[in-house]
Amino acid sequence: MKLFRWFLGAFILVGVVSFILIKSLPFLFYPNLPFLGFLGRALYIIILCCIFCLYRIWKGPTSADRIVAIDILGILIVGFCAILTISTRRSWYIDIGIAWALQSFISTLALSKYLEGRSFDE
Amino acid sequence: MRSKIVLFLVAFICWCLLNWIPDWQHLLVGIFVAGFVAYLTGDLFIRSPDRLSHPHRYWYFVFHYLPLFIWECIKANIDVAFRVLHPRLPIRPGIVKVKIKLKTDTGITFLANSITLTPGTLSVDVDREKGFLYVHWIDVKSKDVEEATKIVVARFERVLEKIFE
Amino acid sequence: MRDIIGLAFMTIGFTFDVIGCLGLVRLPDVYNRLQAATKCVTLGTCSILFGAFLIVGFTAAGMKSLMCMVFVVLTSPVAAHAIARGAHKAGVKLWKDSVIDAYAEDKEGKT
Repeated sequence: MKLFRWFLGAFILVGVVSFILIKSLPFLFYPNLPFLGFLGRALYIIILCCIFCLYRIWKGPTSADRIVAIDILGILIVGFCAILTISTRRSWYIDIGIAWALQSFISTLALSKYLEGRSFDE
Repeated sequence: MRSKIVLFLVAFICWCLLNWIPDWQHLLVGIFVAGFVAYLTGDLFIRSPDRLSHPHRYWYFVFHYLPLFIWECIKANIDVAFRVLHPRLPIRPGIVKVKIKLKTDTGITFLANSITLTPGTLSVDVDREKGFLYVHWIDVKSKDVEEATKIVVARFERVLEKIFE
Repeated sequence: MRDIIGLAFMTIGFTFDVIGCLGLVRLPDVYNRLQAATKCVTLGTCSILFGAFLIVGFTAAGMKSLMCMVFVVLTSPVAAHAIARGAHKAGVKLWKDSVIDAYAEDKEGKT
């Protein structure tokens, strides 16, 4: 039963990822195309990761699970901003990435202090 | 005073990298901002600036520590990917206790970060007075303190001792 | 040629991101989830940023992505350490098949 569930999950995951990627394969044969085709699909893969994180936030048994998922979501969005920088050729998206990384780190530290049950200045 | 000069240099290099390609206006504003930051918070970050002036520490950091760290990081990722994708989840978790010999703050911070990003281990807490480090291990190979120290910490400690002590 | 190498780095990055988030869903415990997610997502995001640096080159966006890479590598283990310590102090139990918990033994001995 466990093995059957594993095969079902692997089939669905490989199916979704290959459905996302397979339409953008022609960039291999036309190297002069802009990267919008491949990287535009790659954004959907990061969104898939964000959906996994949102599942863990929704269904975490304890509050520590939710904080872990929030931390991971913050790091994923930095990668999202990097892909937006490449695919649109605007250099200010990476500024959003740096600011988001800083802010996510500090908010994670504050949330873990709250989890520990201490005040912020200790 | 020397720690303020070191912090000024670090802040100025960060400013130049953030405002690439630097021209003279950026450099002028950067000198003022970095000087202000170094004047305000100079003594907080760098406690012992004498250690920063030894060139062999940089040599060990770049050519001994960084390749070891990158190689262990790649191995860790392949290991974790194997464990996650396996249908039966071959994990045997537990928290073990290891001994550390490092004393300085920066050394312990780098050791804990390296342990977190290497195969199967995650540092949980530090006991500074007795010199113990509590490590969560995803596949416990031995419960003994000495053997766990030999497996987890030894290869990093050998390099980090030369850099930070 | 540089573009193709950059795209290969980015593809490795997506793969490790997906595996890390899958570990976040599949593994049974806070500490195990923290291990899988921190390692895989940190290396994945660093690989994406390095691919972006290779494609763009030494321009403003390239230098900023290098700084972002250094920053992510330095901060994400610290955040993982803080969450693990907070979770253990808040009383989150280990998984039921865990082998040893030296930290809880020492803490009970002290008080």
